[in-house]
Amino acid sequence: MQQFLESFLPAGPLVVFVFSIIPLMIILVYALFAIWLERKVAGHIQDRLGPMHTGGWHGWSQTIADLVKMIQKEDIVPAKADRFLFKMAPFIAFAASYAAFVAIPFSSGYIGSMIDVGIFYIVAITSLLSVSIIMAGWASNNKWSLLGAMRTAAQTVSYEVPTVVTILSVIIVTGTLNLMEVTEMQTGNAFLGFLPNWLIFHSPFMVIAFVLFFIASLAEAHRVPFDLPESESELVGGYQTEYSGMRWGLFMLTEYADMLLLSLVGATLFFGGWNSPFGSFMDGPVWGAFWMLLKGMILVFVMMWLRWTLPRLRVDQLMNVCWKYLIPLSFVNLVLIALWEMIF
Amino acid sequence: METYIFILFATLAVAAAVGMITSRNTVNSALFLVLNLISVAGIFLLLKAQFLAVIQVLVYGGAIMVLFLFVIMLLNLSDEEQMLSKFSVRYAVGFFLGVIVLSQLLYVIASVTGTLPRIHPEMEAVGTVETIGDALFNIYMLPVLVTAILLTAAVVGALLLAQRNISGKVNK
Amino acid sequence: MLEQYIPVLLLVALAVVTAMAFIVLSRLLGPQRPASNKLGAYESGMDPVGQARDRYSVSFYIIAMEFIVFDLEVIFIYPFAVRFQEFGAGTFWAMMLFIFILFLGLVYTLKKGSFDWTAVPLQDEQSQESSYKIS
Repeated sequence: MQQFLESFLPAGPLVVFVFSIIPLMIILVYALFAIWLERKVAGHIQDRLGPMHTGGWHGWSQTIADLVKMIQKEDIVPAKADRFLFKMAPFIAFAASYAAFVAIPFSSGYIGSMIDVGIFYIVAITSLLSVSIIMAGWASNNKWSLLGAMRTAAQTVSYEVPTVVTILSVIIVTGTLNLMEVTEMQTGNAFLGFLPNWLIFHSPFMVIAFVLFFIASLAEAHRVPFDLPESESELVGGYQTEYSGMRWGLFMLTEYADMLLLSLVGATLFFGGWNSPFGSFMDGPVWGAFWMLLKGMILVFVMMWLRWTLPRLRVDQLMNVCWKYLIPLSFVNLVLIALWEMIF
Repeated sequence: METYIFILFATLAVAAAVGMITSRNTVNSALFLVLNLISVAGIFLLLKAQFLAVIQVLVYGGAIMVLFLFVIMLLNLSDEEQMLSKFSVRYAVGFFLGVIVLSQLLYVIASVTGTLPRIHPEMEAVGTVETIGDALFNIYMLPVLVTAILLTAAVVGALLLAQRNISGKVNK
Repeated sequence: MLEQYIPVLLLVALAVVTAMAFIVLSRLLGPQRPASNKLGAYESGMDPVGQARDRYSVSFYIIAMEFIVFDLEVIFIYPFAVRFQEFGAGTFWAMMLFIFILFLGLVYTLKKGSFDWTAVPLQDEQSQESSYKIS
């Protein structure tokens, strides 16, 4: 990819620039698409049609129209708020969640940067999100905001443990933290003669690991049934209560980017990343990007589907699920995967 | 190139540290501390210790910071003005020690000549996860296990403190 | 190795610039009509009562403490997981002991009922007495 860019772009720094900007472009386009998709999924599950008019075909430009509307809204900073922190918080959330995409291999030819500690870097940089959320809630100087922020931070840090432990149980099998190498390890269709070499087929415990990872990532991305940060019936708007216009929009974009990030990590670790499910058929750098994004979008779709299927947990149930079930289970699973690796 | 990046991170770290000390508000101080710790992570990166740099962001930037903020919310520390108003011997001694440290630092800074020292090329191999893993689990296995006991003791201690607080409140 | 992290810096800078551009655009295009009602804290339509920054439950502190312990444990497991294939059974069992010791801490926390968020973590008479003695 870098050589390809160098072939028609004049200067070296320009190549690095274009190279680095790609994830940002992908995610901005994805966020517009995902918000539209969310409405369509919600509509169809509830036997409605969802947006139909804006832009013609099935309301495809609804989100773009919303974005334009949001830009025209007044930028309100509450009088009692800590102005500096209030303005900074969305930037930190946005930058932290977008910087994480650098270590995601989008195709065999493109990864933002071959960071050796890839997945560890992603975990670390997304942990800054909870700081930005407390910052937003505290700076707003509003009871709903602060209560929402405290709950969100407690939820995010709690569910980070099972997420990371399930990621580690995959790392035990792969032996590398670099996601590109993890994906390359899953190339080929040798498993049972026809199944792809994806890690989810590696052992029965990997299936359990994926289920645990997916549940924990739902909570990390603040999705139903763990969407307590946005539980409007009890917390109004959570940490976003005082935000309006484009600053609120930045938080919204961050939430959707987070969803995609966790889905892509899940797809890379368990479903072969950019590998085609049909062996060498439909393989290559361009098809690789297609498969990667398709796998990610399928997981995002499941998250949206769950939103209209499950009721929301209470905050005490939320903590119970994490500390009494998910964390012990994920550790037991880690040990079992390690034992499986030792024996076979 | 590396010198410029170092100057960037070092300035950021020092500025954040100054901001942390001077800001009246405890939460602002804590957030300046995050900035400081992340700049230090950048300096670790310049020293080719990438695993350590990421740990710095993860543990200090993420975990410890959340703990600090929760503790601030728990104690509801108001602005520090009251503390400054009462002068005591403690502050005088603190000020004196601060002057000593500052003069030492200034001396060290003044005695540095030339640019940054060269980083040994083998550092690149030392900072990786693999090397750290080999060292931890082959040579330092016993200290690792002792760390586990230490961490468990920390949990027990924190619980004893916190639960006493709660039950005391209930009993009253 | 350092060049691996240059895209990170670039992407952070770009993300901030993009976000800035959105905000500046909204400043230019949006109205600016501040009013005292609009700038007040939202409290379900009523006038705000008291301070927003009140004291919060100690349960949050316990969660954060427990999280730090598990975070550190996980950091020790990272190098272990990466080098797992090279290590023998001895290291494996030592690591099991490591996880087990930290698990005792979790079991203790659960037994103390610190994660029961239903109310203030009330304890039964006996443990209340025992913890009272410590104070």
